[in-house]
Amino acid sequence: MAEIQLKSLAHSYSKNPAGPEDYAIRQMSHVWHKGGAYALLGPSGCGKSTMLNIISGLLAPSEGDVLFDNVRVNELSPKDRNIAQVFQFPVIYDSMTVYDNLAFPLRNAGQPKAKIKVKVEEIAAILELEPVLHKKAKGLTADEKQKVSMGRGLVRDDVSAILFDEPLTVIDPQLKWKLRRKLKQIHEQFNITMVYVTHDQLEASTFADKIAVMYGGQIVQFGTPRELFESPNHTFVGYFIGSPGMNLVEVSREDGGVRFDDTFVPLSETLCDHIERVGSSNLKLGIRPEFIQVTDHASDDTHECAVRDVEDLGTYKIVTLMLGDRVIKARVSEDQDTEAATLHVAFPRQWLKLYIDEYLVEEQAE
Amino acid sequence: MNKIADNRAWWLVLPVFILVAFSALIPLMTVVNYSVQDIFGPGSAYFVGTEWFEEVLGSDRLQDSLGRQFLFSGAVLAIQIPLGIGIALMMPTTGKRASLCLILLAIPLLIPWNVVGTIWQIFGRGDIGLFGWGLNQLGMDYNYTSSTVDAWLTVLLMDVWHWTPLVALLCYSGLRAIPEAFYQAAEIDRASNWAIFRYIQLPRLKSVLVIAVLLRFMDSFMIYTEPFVLTGGGPGSSTTFLSQTLTTMAIGQFDIGRAAAFSLIYFLIVLLVSWLFFTAITHLDRQK
Amino acid sequence: MKMNKRKGFGITFYIVLLMLPIYWLLNMSFKTNQEILGTLTFWPQTFTLDNYITIFTDPSWYSGYINSMIYVSINVVITLLVALPAAYAFSRYKFVGDKHLFFWLLSNRMAPPAVFLLPFFQLYSSIGLFDTHVAVALAHCLFNVPLAVWILEGFISGVPKEYDEMAYIDGYSFPKFFVKIFIPMIRSGIGVAAFFAFMFSWVELLLARTLTSVDAQPIGAIMTRTMGASGIDWGVLAAAGVLTILPGLLVVWFVRNHIATGFALGRV
Repeated sequence: MAEIQLKSLAHSYSKNPAGPEDYAIRQMSHVWHKGGAYALLGPSGCGKSTMLNIISGLLAPSEGDVLFDNVRVNELSPKDRNIAQVFQFPVIYDSMTVYDNLAFPLRNAGQPKAKIKVKVEEIAAILELEPVLHKKAKGLTADEKQKVSMGRGLVRDDVSAILFDEPLTVIDPQLKWKLRRKLKQIHEQFNITMVYVTHDQLEASTFADKIAVMYGGQIVQFGTPRELFESPNHTFVGYFIGSPGMNLVEVSREDGGVRFDDTFVPLSETLCDHIERVGSSNLKLGIRPEFIQVTDHASDDTHECAVRDVEDLGTYKIVTLMLGDRVIKARVSEDQDTEAATLHVAFPRQWLKLYIDEYLVEEQAE
Repeated sequence: MNKIADNRAWWLVLPVFILVAFSALIPLMTVVNYSVQDIFGPGSAYFVGTEWFEEVLGSDRLQDSLGRQFLFSGAVLAIQIPLGIGIALMMPTTGKRASLCLILLAIPLLIPWNVVGTIWQIFGRGDIGLFGWGLNQLGMDYNYTSSTVDAWLTVLLMDVWHWTPLVALLCYSGLRAIPEAFYQAAEIDRASNWAIFRYIQLPRLKSVLVIAVLLRFMDSFMIYTEPFVLTGGGPGSSTTFLSQTLTTMAIGQFDIGRAAAFSLIYFLIVLLVSWLFFTAITHLDRQK
Repeated sequence: MKMNKRKGFGITFYIVLLMLPIYWLLNMSFKTNQEILGTLTFWPQTFTLDNYITIFTDPSWYSGYINSMIYVSINVVITLLVALPAAYAFSRYKFVGDKHLFFWLLSNRMAPPAVFLLPFFQLYSSIGLFDTHVAVALAHCLFNVPLAVWILEGFISGVPKEYDEMAYIDGYSFPKFFVKIFIPMIRSGIGVAAFFAFMFSWVELLLARTLTSVDAQPIGAIMTRTMGASGIDWGVLAAAGVLTILPGLLVVWFVRNHIATGFALGRV
């Protein structure tokens, strides 16, 4: 087990990167603490897999350092870093039996036979691979193959960390849930540092204690699932986390607040000062659909909206509203009446977030 | 893949069938016909039954060259298969250097077999050939036209030079078909180079190795032109292999009945050994 | 990194050894016979093109190359034309006797050419094809067609059957589908099959020599002429040898991009 630290790390696949767009990972620093269960969440092509391969040592970063327990390991091979990685698509050694597959990493490390046997059987039991343990790996189903792939990472209890690169892509939905639970269970049992790459927020939040959201080659936010939900650090996090994502509205600066169309939103003094200081015209207001209050009668702080669409999703409804020309989505409970042609919405101040140049500005004063 | 049952597919196979029947069945029938007759001239042939077969099978000539042939083919396989695998493992995997390697490696395969013989005939000579001259300079008494051992080794070396690239190219393309993910997984699993070879590369080379072993066995078992040009089968008959024995019998001595019987026995041996190889390898695979 | 260096050294060493005999032939082809038989020299001291001039100015020499090329080309064309549909049939359909037929075809690849020497001679003489290019081309089909069928079958089986079905749904007739869609898809397979057909036909001499006398004599047979009364004309022999390597080089150049993947014959 180790603490994994990335220091001013950047990576480009081209030899002479011309600009930031040539970088798969833009300069960033980050620390994965010892024994944590982390998820690395982001859309495809955001640099997740690149970062994983840099941590494991399959890829050498073009800039910056990778530190394991404060020791620089840039030049070390995966073997010397003693790290395990599970890939998106199952890689099995098909000439061997399932048992031999699981024993392979341990045998390569020269561990005693008896210990190997105990460890392999333990992992096989957890992953429910016992019935096929002595079968050739070649004839397995895709699910079983991926379990074998994962098992090869999990048998090693002395590893610095186990990295998972979207390991459940090829698995059936039902089994997915079960395997994720198993991983969590294994984590609790052995307390190994685990980094789990995925593009699925549900997968990330059920597995991880803390989630790193990656976008455009950088980690834009690192926090608990709740933090990501309640105060997204970056407009991308707001948009990517949650279903539907955060409502984001471009606004313009005005004395004492911001304005979009005919709507004026007053802001605290600190925020206004901040906007003044930065001087950027890229201002956005964001609010989660869950936090919008919808009523059928107007009051002082409400705005009138035309109802465009109602999606009934069983336990709740998603209402698509038109606030002037802007499309806003709100989530309401199933028993709320949404039959009317117009509804009135209110934006509670504490859930209204201001973003300057896509990054959140906190109201420290409050 | 699920195949569709449709006898109309015969129409697609018909041209091949006619062509191969014309160039294989008719001649083969002729051979069978000869092998059971004693022919003195047109119109005067006598049915002799299995007499030729008994005679050929009992003759030293067949047994000797058969023994030499097996020794030669065995040596060819024992050297060329491991060497070919080794070369394939050393070859660069990408870029210009890789294509250059491939092209250079393929050259010996595309040289007419008599020219291969000629190249080594020259190369091995003590007076005008670099190889023979070099060995003599090193103080070795090397002469492939007078020493049986030297002749044998030269023929073997020539075949290794000529055909190892085929094994290497087959293995190389087999290696290229292994996805990068396997190497990554092996690196993560802390596999040594040997373990990577033994558990990842070798199992995945199996199908190309079956092809390589079969091709190399068949072609080395039928070798004729190269040793014929290089040594003429000598000194004595030390490098006379089956095809040369047969050719001398059929064309040189016009001993048609005996040659025909010899041919059939020869053909059956190749078929039998190839079949044995094939079933042994595929059986081994299923057993595991 | 250290490993790669060792590998690079190993492969370079092997290729140098591989090229040495060929270099020696090339070296000799630019020498005069006096120099060849005089002292051993590592490169031509008196560089001469006379050996090549001899070959290019004497029709009895260069016609050998032309003859070889003609029968090899005929052979490659026939081989591909008959092997393609057959390979398709073996890969896609079940029909009466398919397995036996396939094995019987392959068994012909195992037939020693020496076995067929005499019967071929008689067969082609009796139908008046002796000493023609077609005779040699047909004879070489004996081992090339089975190999080509086998190679192409491997590549065709690698193409999902859905493509065929899709083409029928789109209203293609079978011949149109085969030529327009299917053949381009197995390009590298066809390249490799053609490469093997060329290779085994170009290098074979035993049958080619037996089935010809004057008009279609291959270069390999003509090369034996260098043995004259005054001994062997080494220079010309070497030059002739060098010239037989060139067509092969040309062919490798054309298929170089298919070698790496195609040599596994679609069976990995």
